[in-house]
Amino acid sequence: MAETIEDGISLEGRISYPVRESRLRRFFRLGHAAPYILVLPSLFIVTFVVAIPLVISLWSSFTPYNLVRPWTLYHYIGFRNYLRLFNSSDFWWAFGRTVVFLTVALNLEMLLGLGLALLVNKITAGKRAVRTIMMFPMMFSPILVGFQFKYIFNDNVGLINNALTSLGFMHYPIAWLVNAILAPLTILIAETWMSTSVFAILLLAGLLALPSEPLEAAKVDGCNAWQAFRHITLPFLMPFIYIAMTIRSLDVARAYDMVKIMTDGGPAQRTELLWTLIARTGYEDARMGMANAMGYVSILLSIAVTVYFYRKLMAARSYMGGAE
Amino acid sequence: MSAAVLSNHPIKARSVRRQVWAVRIGLFCAMAALCVPGLWVMLTAFRPNIEVMAKPPVWIPHVLTLANFLGIFGLLPDHAPGIPVTAYFINSVVISVTSTVVAVAVGMMGGYAFARYRFRGKAGLFLGLMLSRTVPGISLSLPLFMLWSRIGLLDTRLGLIIVYLAMNIPFTVWLTDGFFRQIPADLTEAAMIDGSTRWQAFWRIEFPLARSGLASAGIFAFLTSWNEYALAAQLTRTTASKTMPVGLMDFTAQFTVDWTGMCAMAVLIIIPALILTFIVQKHLIAGLTFGGVKG
Repeated sequence: MAETIEDGISLEGRISYPVRESRLRRFFRLGHAAPYILVLPSLFIVTFVVAIPLVISLWSSFTPYNLVRPWTLYHYIGFRNYLRLFNSSDFWWAFGRTVVFLTVALNLEMLLGLGLALLVNKITAGKRAVRTIMMFPMMFSPILVGFQFKYIFNDNVGLINNALTSLGFMHYPIAWLVNAILAPLTILIAETWMSTSVFAILLLAGLLALPSEPLEAAKVDGCNAWQAFRHITLPFLMPFIYIAMTIRSLDVARAYDMVKIMTDGGPAQRTELLWTLIARTGYEDARMGMANAMGYVSILLSIAVTVYFYRKLMAARSYMGGAE
Repeated sequence: MSAAVLSNHPIKARSVRRQVWAVRIGLFCAMAALCVPGLWVMLTAFRPNIEVMAKPPVWIPHVLTLANFLGIFGLLPDHAPGIPVTAYFINSVVISVTSTVVAVAVGMMGGYAFARYRFRGKAGLFLGLMLSRTVPGISLSLPLFMLWSRIGLLDTRLGLIIVYLAMNIPFTVWLTDGFFRQIPADLTEAAMIDGSTRWQAFWRIEFPLARSGLASAGIFAFLTSWNEYALAAQLTRTTASKTMPVGLMDFTAQFTVDWTGMCAMAVLIIIPALILTFIVQKHLIAGLTFGGVKG
């Protein structure tokens, strides 16, 4: 403000009235605009590709939009899609299967990852080499993991069946991917293979950061290995577990790629997850309105999972407080 | 250390040694489970189809060949490729590289703003950017398909590049924000007192210090684009824009499944990922853990 008044005094000594600088100009002059200008391109792209499409998606979920009949996009039918969805047993089966699949897969990955991390932490030499090997599955894209297990579990040329035959355990091939019980199991194996090492690597980082004094003190006080793990190691690892869960929960939907290439929802929809059902409804049946309604359910599911683990992470972090 | 202390006692020494062996065997099994499936696919890519299909199975390869790779690129004289892998490969490279370069440039600006400035709506913006990544690809593909077909971006490289930009930017912002935060603000302030502008200070001090971090952000972005399937499968239609992962699915639509060809294509997809992941593995671990714990 001071500058403006000074500027207002002209050379002849006449006092002119200070012109109030516009708020916008001041905003730019003081550099307050800089962060907004820097963030703007990111914001613009994300708005264009995510936010606006989500609005379109929301609108079309209230219409009977069908790709074959484009004009149906402008026909508002209220919550009819959602009502039909919530009365559809196919939807609820797919939804339930997705929730069960995620619960089992995430817990299994976490437990196996924890076991693996503890195992690696036990060895004295070659930790770094083992960690590098553990990165191997992380390089595979979901579609490749799906393909790989499709090949390995193939009834005719697959590694598993060949091995079982050669070892004499099996006389006729097992059709892993077309069996109603085995197909979901193979998908679970593929999912676990892909993500266990993410947990193992993050938890190993946690174990390496674990201070040794509390564990030694516990040993002196006569704690056994389990007690030391339960009361010292595990509480320390909790934030790392939640980080791994949060990171993992960001891309739970990548299971779609795997299921798509392995079974495409079959046999008889036994591996139909929410995401494959969306693709089927939207692109194969061309019922875009309905698919968008389902899409919204899946988005809310993803956000719920992420927010759940993120809040757990925040709680664990504040609990750790100044521990670091 | 503990083993040395305990080994004074003969019985305890034996149980410790047994435990060491148990750990080694357990670890060996775990490593085998992690490596064998991928290595098996890679091995198949170099074996002739007859040997792979043989009954009873041939375990030890008699011949290794590059024919599968030549075959999928259409370089074998007697065998026309069923799938235009060359076009897909070019598409994948163009789309991934372009979206990576732009995402790093744009994301770096955003990350710098979040690390160095305070401004209104900062926390909300950051959260919004991150939440945009939780939207499942397949759900996002529905409205994008509708929008892209209206504005003519469907089945174009540009259309996919824009989509991957939006996927990569939030993660780049998150990573670069962390990297810039690690650089003490005093360094920049000192440079500014010495008379350089903020712009100069950035390029002279912060950018060189953050360069390795930016490189790993770039590699992450590249890998995300390179590996993406759910959106590419819906937003591409022809050789004009189809990428390698979508091309891999093409094989399954054929009458006879060409396992060796598919494995060769899988190897082509995995090799860049393999090399790049090894380069960033240190940053990967440090970035993911400490970015998360210390924030």
